[in-house]
Amino acid sequence: MSTITASFVRPSEGVWLAAWRRLKGDRVGIVSMLIVGLFLLLVLAAATGLVARDWQKELGVPNASPTFIGPAPPEATGTIAVPTGPNVDLSDIDPLAPRYKEWAERAAQYKTTDTVKAETLPFGGDRLGRDVIAKAIQGAKVSILVGVVAALVATIIGTVLGALSGFFGGVVGDVLEWVYNVFTAIPDILKIFAFAAVVQRGVGSVVLILALTGWTGIYRLIRSEFIKHSVREYVRSAEAIGASRMSRMFKHILPNVSHVALVQLSLHVVAFIKSEVILSYLGLGVGVDQVSWGTMLAEAQSELILGYWWQLVAVTACMAVFVTAFALFTDALRDALDPKLRGLE
Amino acid sequence: MHEARSGTELDSAASLVLESSQVAAYLIRRLWQMIPTLLGVVLLVFFLFKYFGADPAVVLGGLNASPEMVESIREQLGLNKPVWEQLWIFIKQIVTFDWGKSWATHESIGHLFATRMPATLTVMIPILLLQVALAIPFALAVAYVRGSLTDRMVMILTTVAVSISLLVYVILAQYLFAFRLGWFPVQGWSDSTWTNLRQYAPLPVLTVVMVALAPEIRLYRSFFLDEIGHDYVRTARAKGMSENTVLFKHVLRNAMMPILTNVSVALPGIFVGSFLIEVFFSIPGLGREILLAVNRADYPVIQAFSIYLAFLTMVVNLVTDLLYKLVDPRVVLK
Repeated sequence: MSTITASFVRPSEGVWLAAWRRLKGDRVGIVSMLIVGLFLLLVLAAATGLVARDWQKELGVPNASPTFIGPAPPEATGTIAVPTGPNVDLSDIDPLAPRYKEWAERAAQYKTTDTVKAETLPFGGDRLGRDVIAKAIQGAKVSILVGVVAALVATIIGTVLGALSGFFGGVVGDVLEWVYNVFTAIPDILKIFAFAAVVQRGVGSVVLILALTGWTGIYRLIRSEFIKHSVREYVRSAEAIGASRMSRMFKHILPNVSHVALVQLSLHVVAFIKSEVILSYLGLGVGVDQVSWGTMLAEAQSELILGYWWQLVAVTACMAVFVTAFALFTDALRDALDPKLRGLE
Repeated sequence: MHEARSGTELDSAASLVLESSQVAAYLIRRLWQMIPTLLGVVLLVFFLFKYFGADPAVVLGGLNASPEMVESIREQLGLNKPVWEQLWIFIKQIVTFDWGKSWATHESIGHLFATRMPATLTVMIPILLLQVALAIPFALAVAYVRGSLTDRMVMILTTVAVSISLLVYVILAQYLFAFRLGWFPVQGWSDSTWTNLRQYAPLPVLTVVMVALAPEIRLYRSFFLDEIGHDYVRTARAKGMSENTVLFKHVLRNAMMPILTNVSVALPGIFVGSFLIEVFFSIPGLGREILLAVNRADYPVIQAFSIYLAFLTMVVNLVTDLLYKLVDPRVVLK
């Protein structure tokens, strides 16, 4: 639009560059971003088998207690005096006596190794003696992956439908508004349960359930953004030079509203991780052969009553750190992308 | 749509008539708009279970059913009829409230609704009331000291508190207050509402209220801060009013609108209940019943609950919209 030659003005920084500059100035945002990044690396490492691959291995005794210093030395206990004198020969009254030798020979043919199980583990063991930290990392992998993928799918559904509805309006808009109204008419929990009732258990299903029930809020926001943008001058100009509808929607408008989608994406990651944990706890989530933060909490509940608190602590700590960091990062991201909103909450 | 003419042009009786006719027109329009949405809910539920759910005949037949038995069940349920006819039967069931019986327990669905609702309300109504009653003063207090160290500490604390799963709080509360300290029964329910309220409800109610308080305080604080930035607050301060008067009289009253909106959004949720709480504390409410139905593949129960609760939600939303008008005369019904 401006006719000033480039030599006079500094090339204006793009929205992303400006956002990055603002984000860099936000100390809390940077720290939380680093923590989220670390967790994502951990998830990646767990997915490729670098970390916590042997989480199923029973390293310790059942419910091994957590300590770094190893088991306490056995206390001196009163011993019962071993009876002296010759053993009584029972071979004439013991009916099994003639076969002892045969059994001993047969037993010698098999080799058994006694794996020594640790009495204690640094962070404690679960009811099978598996290290709870390895388990929590595996759980993090499933829970975070489900949250991120479901949020991605929900954002894609919401963005595409919102774009169509906001850009075209008319009959398309009415139909999509109707779909939106129908989906929001049923309370969220019921929607999730109704979807959970018809699908099989498993990671894929949880992603599907959360995405199909969670897209409505994103749709609403993107739609209103598209309504606003579709009559702006730059879109009109694009139309004038012959840009197709698709190109105007996704090449011109979408980059200008993508920050809204991005903030929604990260908000939904947090919400979906929490939902996944609850679904898995209730047995509607991941399969029995997998571990997620939700299934760990389900185990931790009965363990706590027996006094084994470490699994609960491991999961809670992992989840609290990740979710807090992610939420703070989302806040920082929103502030950076949309400075107008700063300080609203 | 029609803006009310100012009262000076019409005498008050006429304006009242106009008002009530406006409300009536609004009501009719809103009820009319509900029909396509409700129809959509019915279609969604019908096709979801029809094409994605398991075959009802197989579910009902059980593990040892022979193919002939399954076929005869299909015939009985009308599953061999064309889809449109099945949809028609489904709609008739909804309108006549005749869903037959639960597949799992053979309890009639109407009876199921009527007997599970009281338990849910016994827990949810105190939760809703306490939550709002506690969140407002706390949020106002935090807004009062906004920007201070206390404010920031509370904000950080609530952020961390929110990120821990509700499950953890419930597990810990049940362990500590019921199992260890014995202040409350671990779980249970009785037939008398009074016993329930006094004995069994307090722990679940207090747990949920404590957990819900953190996000509520954050939200209400933002409502208050939003109002504090307005011109009328500056004017009030300029007149020399004390900070207390400004906060408690001016800001609080104006912030009641977004708070009411927030409560009304949460209102339909009280029928579903906090299903997690009901599962944990063995409270025989609606939420637990739905979860049981999901685990038993008890389709009629889930379908009926989804449709009727969607309807109930719409009605509650309509009522709250009308209440706005009552609370704030500036609201124009559209």
